Amino acid sequence: MAETLTIGKALNLGLRRAMEDDAKVVLMGEDIGKLGGVFRITDGLQKDFGEDRVVDTPLAEAGILGTAVGLAMRGYRPVCEIQFDGFVFPAYNQIVTQVAKIHARSQGTLTMPIVIRIPFGGGIGAVEHHSESPEAYFAHTPGLKVVAVSNPVDAYWGIQQAIAHPDPIVFLEPKRRYWEKAEVDTDATPEPLFRSRVVRGGDDVTVLAYGPMVKTALQAAEAAADEGRSLEVIDLRTVSPLDLEPVYESVRRTGRCVVVHEAAVTLGVGAEIAARVTETCFHSLEAPVLRVGGYDTPYPPSKLEEEYLPDLDRVLDAVDRSMGY
Amino acid sequence: MTALRQATEVVDPVPGASSPHLPQQPDLIQLLTPEGERIEHPDYALDISDEQLRGLYRDLALVRRWDVEATALQRQGELGIWASLLGQEAAQIGAGRALAADDMAFPTYREHGVAWARGVDPLHVMSLFRGVDNGGWNPVERGFNLYTIVIGSQCLHATGYAMGVQRDGAESAVLAFLGDGATSQGEVNEAMIFAASFSAPVVFFCQNNQYAISVPIERQARVPLFQRAAGFGFPGVRVDGNDVLAVLAVTRAALAAAREGQGPTFIEAFTYRMGAHTTSDDPTRYRLASELEEWNLRDPIGRLKAYLSRSGIADHVFFDGVDAEGDELAARIRSGTLEMADPPPASMFDHVYAEQTPPLAAQRAEFVEYHASFEGGEH
Repeated sequence: MAETLTIGKALNLGLRRAMEDDAKVVLMGEDIGKLGGVFRITDGLQKDFGEDRVVDTPLAEAGILGTAVGLAMRGYRPVCEIQFDGFVFPAYNQIVTQVAKIHARSQGTLTMPIVIRIPFGGGIGAVEHHSESPEAYFAHTPGLKVVAVSNPVDAYWGIQQAIAHPDPIVFLEPKRRYWEKAEVDTDATPEPLFRSRVVRGGDDVTVLAYGPMVKTALQAAEAAADEGRSLEVIDLRTVSPLDLEPVYESVRRTGRCVVVHEAAVTLGVGAEIAARVTETCFHSLEAPVLRVGGYDTPYPPSKLEEEYLPDLDRVLDAVDRSMGY
Repeated sequence: MTALRQATEVVDPVPGASSPHLPQQPDLIQLLTPEGERIEHPDYALDISDEQLRGLYRDLALVRRWDVEATALQRQGELGIWASLLGQEAAQIGAGRALAADDMAFPTYREHGVAWARGVDPLHVMSLFRGVDNGGWNPVERGFNLYTIVIGSQCLHATGYAMGVQRDGAESAVLAFLGDGATSQGEVNEAMIFAASFSAPVVFFCQNNQYAISVPIERQARVPLFQRAAGFGFPGVRVDGNDVLAVLAVTRAALAAAREGQGPTFIEAFTYRMGAHTTSDDPTRYRLASELEEWNLRDPIGRLKAYLSRSGIADHVFFDGVDAEGDELAARIRSGTLEMADPPPASMFDHVYAEQTPPLAAQRAEFVEYHASFEGGEH
């Protein structure tokens, strides 16, 4: 059945389906019960699945992740909602020292099928700690996988695939795009979770993005087309593990590559991609891999966030610089 | 200034005690005095056979023998480090033997006595301290989680596990181990809040051994630790941690209450770390020999031996037999440790993920190829 869904509603339906499919799925988080979460992603789920499966936890993020570890050891599949990106750090110890390592520590005896849902990124005019892009912290941690969805189709299928997956997954949701709509075929066969995807073909420059920046990259490609430039846009979809084969294939054709993310560029995901693309496609490159991202500052007060966040013009500026080599 | 002084006076750590880490404490539940006299407590009757009493002695003696051997092996360079349980045998055996088969325990890194009580092969603990693995036992099979080194983190795991037990409708309980220092950790406090809010079947078993490496209990708490439980809304008890009978009785009662749906209990087992924090530590820098002497009079094994001898429950044949068994155990631990093979180098890539990723598989292949390049070469 095909229906038009927002990213938020697609996540809600995906969670509902995952809970129907597996009685061991337990949602945990702050205000996710009666309220349905501050973004209403869990709207109606507690009413239908009960308080034992949709758990309004005490206000303690380490507590949420730490108890999720114990539930996972007992055979449950916890799905933890972190209310905002900037509030994941109290749970950082549990995620990095425990969730990520327990499978290896136990020599494969224990698995940690935990999904950590985090609305991430800026652009909503929020106060401090509500607009962060923490993906590199998690992608740098062996034992974790990091997914960043950009659209309702991936949101619907991705959340179900992440919940069914045996490894812990940080599942990043592009909060400023929660209300973007697309048609979702709920009977379709989904694409695999850890695969990047070419979302717009092109010949001149390969532009890489994930999460909220995919839309920005597509807008840039549209504008570039008006100027006679053809951008190939790839939605990475997964930050860890990176699926770069389609990227290498593309860069070997275009010879140019621009990576776009909201997170600060220094030591970010773009730096890793630049290194790998350079190693693998060295003889095909016509220009160095360029990065467009946040500046190396704390995320600024909201009146300045449009300056901080990559937009269409900054992507096109990088494309110009790449073409200038 | 006055207000500050008043506040300090109000929270005097242990009224009447000259120092909070010396053994004369009020509210200490005891069934066996330091002199080995069996006494009764109105709230904690202990139903135990002579055979079980001898079994407890055997446990205490054997884990101490193991500990002595492990310390020696570390000194001889065969272990990277060892965290001694010397002085805490009764707390650990009493708690460990209170567990039922399908209960689950979540240890710190010093719970060798509990590991023993759960049937973990000592060599599977030695392999951790030798650097071969992170603990070689199956946590689910043993009902004993792997050692957790980040202080206090396991209290949340225990609470979550107990929430799972609740959802399963199972009649088992969870025992979370922690030390006095861990009570200062946010995660431990969060664990107690979650446990209380959901009335989870978990018991927090705190071995107050008086020191977090070098920092004494006064820096962690200005009230006796067991009183903290009141603030979370569940019972707290303080037991003589060097009295294996009292620890067994108190922990049994708390686990039974948890299984019956009465929620958590906090147990403060008042004890003393007779050895160093680990083999890397030098306790002479932060505590007095006189303190050790005082605690030595309260040795957990000596008092049980005195009781068993005096009451005729065990004789010298039994004690000699346990000594001989201890020597055999030590010999097995020594030879088993020395014979442990180093893990294959590429094994570090195994089990990072349940579902291996292509980038890590590629990195593993590069590592194997790099290694192979030395075979038959100059290296």
